[in-house]
Amino acid sequence: MSEMLLKAIFGRLSLASFPIHEPILVATFAVVALGGIGVLWAITRYRLWGWLWRDWFTSVDHKRIGIMYMALGIVMLLRGFADAIMMRIQQAIAFGGSEGYLNAHHYDQIFTAHGVIMIFFVAMPMVTGLMNYVVPLQIGARDVSFPFLNNFSFWMTGAGAAIVMTSLFVGEFARTGWLGMPPLSGIAYSPDVGVDYYIWGLQVAGVGTLLSGVNLIVTIVKMRAPGMTMMKMPIFTWTALCTNILIVAAFPVLTAVLALLSLDRYVGTAFFTNDLGGNPMMYVNLIWIWGHPEVYILVLPVFGVFSEVTSTFSGKRLFGYSSMVYATVVITILAYLVWLHHFFTMGSGASVNSFFGITTMIIAIPTGAKIFNWLFTMYRGRIRFDVPMMWTVAFMLTFVIGGMTGVLLAVPPADFVLHNSLFLVAHFHNVIIGGVLFGMFAAINYWWPKAFGFRLDPVWGKRSFWFWVTGFYLAFMPLYALGLMGVTRRMRYFDDPALQAWFVAAALGAGLIALGIACFLVQMAVSIRDRARLADTTGDPWNGRTLEWATASPPPDYNFAVTPVIHDLDAWHDMKERHHERPCTGFSDIPMPKNTPAGVYLAGLSYLLAIGMVWYMWWLAAVALVGAVAVAIWNSFDYDREYHIPGEVVTRTEDRRTQALEALA
Amino acid sequence: MSAAAPAAEADGPIRFYVEEEHPHPPGASTALGFWIYLMSDCLIFAALFATYGVLGGATAGGPAPRDLFDLPLVALNTGLLLFSSITYGFAMLAMDEGARGRTLAWLAATGLFGLGFLSVELYEFSHLIHEGAGPQRSAFLSSFFALVGTHGLHVTFGIIWLVTLMVQVGRYGLIDANRRRLLCLSMFWHFLDVVWIGVFTFVYLMGMLR
Amino acid sequence: MAAAARYAMEAPMNRAFPPRRRLFRAPAILGALAPALLLGGCDWVVMAPSGDVAVQQRDLILISTLLMLLVILPVMVLTILFAWRFRAANRDADYRPDWDHSTGLELVIWAGPLLIIIALGALTWVSTHLLDPYRPLGRITPEQPIAGNLPIGRAAGGGQQAAPMDSVLEVQAVALDWKWLFIYPELGIATVNELAAPVNVPIRFRLTASSVMNAFFVPALAGQIYAMPGMETQLNAVINKPGDFEGFASNYNGAGFSGMRFRFRATDQAGFDRWVAAVRAAPGRLDRATYLRLERPSEKVPPIRFAAVDRGLYDRIVRMCVAPGRPCMAMAHAGHGTLPAVNNRPGPAGQGPRPEGALQREGAEKGTAPHSSAPQAPGGAGNAAPGSPANRNHTLNLLPALPGAPAPALG
Repeated sequence: MSEMLLKAIFGRLSLASFPIHEPILVATFAVVALGGIGVLWAITRYRLWGWLWRDWFTSVDHKRIGIMYMALGIVMLLRGFADAIMMRIQQAIAFGGSEGYLNAHHYDQIFTAHGVIMIFFVAMPMVTGLMNYVVPLQIGARDVSFPFLNNFSFWMTGAGAAIVMTSLFVGEFARTGWLGMPPLSGIAYSPDVGVDYYIWGLQVAGVGTLLSGVNLIVTIVKMRAPGMTMMKMPIFTWTALCTNILIVAAFPVLTAVLALLSLDRYVGTAFFTNDLGGNPMMYVNLIWIWGHPEVYILVLPVFGVFSEVTSTFSGKRLFGYSSMVYATVVITILAYLVWLHHFFTMGSGASVNSFFGITTMIIAIPTGAKIFNWLFTMYRGRIRFDVPMMWTVAFMLTFVIGGMTGVLLAVPPADFVLHNSLFLVAHFHNVIIGGVLFGMFAAINYWWPKAFGFRLDPVWGKRSFWFWVTGFYLAFMPLYALGLMGVTRRMRYFDDPALQAWFVAAALGAGLIALGIACFLVQMAVSIRDRARLADTTGDPWNGRTLEWATASPPPDYNFAVTPVIHDLDAWHDMKERHHERPCTGFSDIPMPKNTPAGVYLAGLSYLLAIGMVWYMWWLAAVALVGAVAVAIWNSFDYDREYHIPGEVVTRTEDRRTQALEALA
Repeated sequence: MSAAAPAAEADGPIRFYVEEEHPHPPGASTALGFWIYLMSDCLIFAALFATYGVLGGATAGGPAPRDLFDLPLVALNTGLLLFSSITYGFAMLAMDEGARGRTLAWLAATGLFGLGFLSVELYEFSHLIHEGAGPQRSAFLSSFFALVGTHGLHVTFGIIWLVTLMVQVGRYGLIDANRRRLLCLSMFWHFLDVVWIGVFTFVYLMGMLR
Repeated sequence: MAAAARYAMEAPMNRAFPPRRRLFRAPAILGALAPALLLGGCDWVVMAPSGDVAVQQRDLILISTLLMLLVILPVMVLTILFAWRFRAANRDADYRPDWDHSTGLELVIWAGPLLIIIALGALTWVSTHLLDPYRPLGRITPEQPIAGNLPIGRAAGGGQQAAPMDSVLEVQAVALDWKWLFIYPELGIATVNELAAPVNVPIRFRLTASSVMNAFFVPALAGQIYAMPGMETQLNAVINKPGDFEGFASNYNGAGFSGMRFRFRATDQAGFDRWVAAVRAAPGRLDRATYLRLERPSEKVPPIRFAAVDRGLYDRIVRMCVAPGRPCMAMAHAGHGTLPAVNNRPGPAGQGPRPEGALQREGAEKGTAPHSSAPQAPGGAGNAAPGSPANRNHTLNLLPALPGAPAPALG
């Protein structure tokens, strides 16, 4: 009886579900718990709860939400990187009969978690956060179109991350690889909680991503300042628009395919099973129909970042703006026509394989055009090598290698020998680190002064840069070589002792990257400590060209006291060139969206729903679902969602800025 | 394109800031946003249709569409849903006239038609499951239940939303915010209708021909 | 090759985690690193393969790389050059802040990559068809064409129009959890984790799997191809040089993935005949019951030989009906590529129950989800008992037993 009661309450959760026999996890848990208690204590001690709740958690301000996304991305980067370095150490020592220090269960979870976390909870939040922060400022808007939805999206992403993190200490994560391919991820071969954590983490986060995509598209389409035609939109906004179109067009497929997989697991249907007519190949197709656009979702915004950075630090208009825009649009469309290149080796016919191989290569053309455009933006420029520009040059040199190996992998017969190998692993790290991550560091260094009113310390920034870049090359060039030696990915131990030197080199590279990350954290700490020295009161520390530099740093809640009118692509540069006068009087009340806790509640309930489903605690899932519907309905009864910033407050704020600017002059 | 100033510049000093703020009304973008959301939802259905297309023939020795579908029942169901779309249309007309009572009445009719649709669908499902043709029987039935069931879930959600909106219209009247919400729900409702026509044609009618 | 050593090492499968001191050998290895790198003790097998198909794939990698370097190298050089030349400190450099367009330049920017991609695209189209794994080989070496094989453009499926059948060695490869089963239908023998073939004889692999998605890869021989349950894929290849080569599963397939390797022996015809004779001298016979035992999960399985095989066993594996009472799935017309309607057969009959969906389970059926580091049920299995669930846990990382406490059972 009590047994049945326990099952009804706790589902399949039991004391044995906790990893008390896994020393690494116990130690990690201890550290995380101590750190967590420390943070909670500090927040309580300094009475920050109210501030956090009012000014951050419930905030609908796109700037604060953007910063929270970035913070989430950086925290998850630490987790994802911990996984990475554990894999590198394992592969560096597991030779000659040694199986290293990780057993199969642990190791397989680690590489799955590494992939999932890095893509969904590092790269995605960073990209979304950046777009959230920058786009409304670049188009002269006061917020996004649906501010509440924005807050909700963030918390759903956060809840997804929390679900994945929970699997570290309660139960396990999936051991299927980051795309959870059936039949391996089906209930027959993965009966435990890992795949369920995976599914629910991605589903919950996916809702957030999708809604944020809708939100930003509408923002860009509807809320541009007067005069900003489509072809006068800053290039970053363009790439953000295309990215969000990709999000809206790709993520539903992920939602659908994961839903079908969960039906297989929860209802016993036969979509991807080995029997009753199921077809696992369909999962492979569907998930890559989402998966390939996903890589462009990540990389397009950073193309925008590099465009802005190159133009600003070369002191020059962007070369070939229109061809840049067309290239972006072409990539957006082609992103849907290449998914099959992820599985040429599944046995499609030669014509199908060549079609997808060639469409993949065609993407190299607009991408190549982009590289040339940056190159000729530098040409006849006057390049200042501040940290963002250093990242850009490193990107250009690194990314072309990744692009080249990418095209190589798109040649089906070549892919037959390189697929699933470490060459492939090296390739996508080459484009994701060399592209997305370098771009994020460029972006953080570039827009940080806008967000906080002081620059990031350049010395530590350069240290971080050099460690990252050399670490990247040391870590991944050996993997290219290993791939050419026929070494496949996701191996836990090796026999051929001649390979070990390469893996040790790669592990050392990962060590350098660890130093790069450490330097980045130190950079932020040092900069916050020395914020007076690094302060920027102009709001335009880099002699910027786009609209976000027109307002104060950090921008006031309302972004722009008076909506700007745009006459040129480089709107702010144009305003400076033609000696615009900043309006100092005559401000009116500004309507702004009100904060709301509904997003936090909904995401919290989604988290509980997911935990209930993962552990078969049906009562919890039901309560959470009903609760979420109730909160949504309750929230819809709130009609009073705006408040006004009075004109006097705006005047006072703007006066302070006027004085600050006069003091400079 | 360099430094090209608009022609208007000749007339007077170029303006870099708007003279008069045009406060754009709250929710000005809601319709567009909802459209985009619907398109993404449409893609979920596209994936499910594609799945049905791939797996629809995989009956695994079990019953095929021809053995299962009761076309008159499905026709009744289709009729119910189509009528609910018409009644929703009348609700929108009433809303445009500002007639709160009539709007509510038409919404109620829509909801009842929707409930009727759901009841028939649930009856059909339970009937199939009792016949041993549940979603676990074969990939064809899995994909059938997933596609039709997802549509049914959408209708369920639409009814919950409809009831909520009726309460809100009843309490606050046909204010702008409620009109906007009614418009969104109407797009949602008609969208479900269109999807159902796809289901009816692709799954039921063509299933009988298979 | 370390392969021989590996197979000699028949460590018990359920042995616990290797002794800890192994961890601390790393520093010693570090010292030996640099010379190892310099001596190039590694085998760049993808770049120096021994089979004609893999050689052509290697050539394709080289040609494509060279083609792309035509544009990549100038870009890299120009990036460094421009970055240096137009640095802010260099006041001699031309500075034109408003120069942002040049039709001629943009034409070059788009046309250059376009031309290279056209060349590469043509190469891709031709080579993808020529090196299609389903296509019967057109040649054994560049100098030795096979008469009768069709040029590009004509359908190259099935096997009916292939090279004279008697000169093709057919091998049926089955990916099991976690070892490879090779059946030689014409010779009536089978092996596990050991593959042999005579040099310069075309080999036609037919591949399938028993449980999850796999990929079959012998880098020295030819590119990989997926092996999937309930489906069949094909691979045509030839090995030109005698030797011992590595083969393995290259698509992650679960806990035993890393150990799912085999040795591919290429010998001359006489050597191959000797090998066949040796296999025929082995005691075992692979019948359906033996297969069902073999199919159950086990890791790092040493080579096993079977002197005889049940006729039609492979077809039953593909149609997933080896177990008695399992209805076979209908073999729809096997076209090019995987079978169209996969696994389309009735549910289990006689076989153990299909796992139920979680929502249909009664309370107790929910089971528990213990962490995999939790001590398993006693009774280690390993090689001695293929199929024991303990085999999925053979590398448990258990805490050392506390003094006085009973040692945890190694599962």
